Amino acid sequence: MEESNTKLTKKGGGRLCCICNQRRAALKRPKTLEQICRECFYEVFEEEIHQVIVDNQLFKPGERIAIGASGGKDSTVLACVLAELNRRHNYGLDLFLLSVDEGITGYRDDSLETVKRNEVQYGLPLKIVSYKDLYGWTMDEIVKMIGLKNNCTFCGVFRRQALDRGASLLKVDKVATGHNADDIAETVLLNILRGDIARLSRCTSIVTGEDGPIPRCKPFKYTYEKEIVMYAYFKRLDYFSTECIYSPNAYRGFAREFIKDLERIRPRAILDIIKSGEDFRISTSTKMPEQGTCERCGYISSQKWCKACVLLEGLNRGLPKMGIGRSSRGLNNDPKKDKYMKQGNGTKSIENKQCGSLDF
Amino acid sequence: MQLTLEFGGGLELLCESVKIHKVNVDPPNGPEKFIMKDLLSWVRTNLIKERPEMFMKGDSVRPGVLVLVNDCDWELSGQLDTTLEDKDVVVFISTLHGG
Repeated sequence: MEESNTKLTKKGGGRLCCICNQRRAALKRPKTLEQICRECFYEVFEEEIHQVIVDNQLFKPGERIAIGASGGKDSTVLACVLAELNRRHNYGLDLFLLSVDEGITGYRDDSLETVKRNEVQYGLPLKIVSYKDLYGWTMDEIVKMIGLKNNCTFCGVFRRQALDRGASLLKVDKVATGHNADDIAETVLLNILRGDIARLSRCTSIVTGEDGPIPRCKPFKYTYEKEIVMYAYFKRLDYFSTECIYSPNAYRGFAREFIKDLERIRPRAILDIIKSGEDFRISTSTKMPEQGTCERCGYISSQKWCKACVLLEGLNRGLPKMGIGRSSRGLNNDPKKDKYMKQGNGTKSIENKQCGSLDF
Repeated sequence: MQLTLEFGGGLELLCESVKIHKVNVDPPNGPEKFIMKDLLSWVRTNLIKERPEMFMKGDSVRPGVLVLVNDCDWELSGQLDTTLEDKDVVVFISTLHGG
């Protein structure tokens, strides 16, 4: 470390931090293009997130908050920063780590080891809920049955519910997730590409599901992925970075690459896409899905049965295609709903949704 | 020229899951002028064993791959034109894997 610090001064770059004017700059901020040193970076990074939390009133004193923790960079940095801000600014929060074990050998079992270390490193109690316990199936078993097509649909639908179920077991008031500005920009684009008006209108909200069982919030909504990774790198945080072994993720991959290309030319593009998403207004003649509850498990659903119950029924009856593709042959045989589906908005899109790890 | 190259954020998977490589590079244009652009093509030829498109796009790194030279963001030192010296440490981190 010391050696590299002395070497820095030799490099032509060696410019001073534009905030403190004392130390050598260590990175260029994508949001502002400022050149800042490591210490000032920690400071502005953490305080900007604090400001987002305060301005949007994400938390109230005394609340119990679960951090959706995958062991990846975003949730690891989120756990680290929230634990620190909770101390520094006396939020008065009880923080927990909440992880979902999808049952994917060689992927999730390894990343859960990272989360278990984070539990110790940040002193946050950890709760793990598994697909096996909740649904009776692991993703490994599901893939064995259905193959590598549509497996991400199962995983995404199941994960969303698993996180809610884990949150209610922990009796938390809210779940905080690590979705960052790049993720949200990407999701805005994907929802436009899919014509998914329902998701487009809510994917930029910093708090979602306030009408549902447990609201979710995104403290990193305005935080660039580059800064999250730089923060993790400079602080030597322990995170896990392997692509899911079952995820082809092609469509989202293209959107992601497109955003990264734009960012290189003009880093502000990411915030501008989010802004565009926020300012969209849906025409009053557009039909939106009606929110109800699943007749079988009581989970929020716009259909008779929620998607997880339809998929599970298919698995358990040995008809894994049930609930995949056009759902008119499935269990939700409501002609009115079918008409709605043919109009091509709302619930239909879930069948096309690739990997659910970024579920908005 | 001795360099330490570090791959992280999933990029290590492209070079046989080894994160840190201490390498000896012979600068093609003499020891005076060895820049990041030269290093990238050297890495692509000598270290990347699979899916080079995950590491490079055109003659630079793929957008979304962060580069640090001696723990300093290469966007501050001229990116591809950054001059390298003996014992420099170059870090490549992918931001594209998992969340």
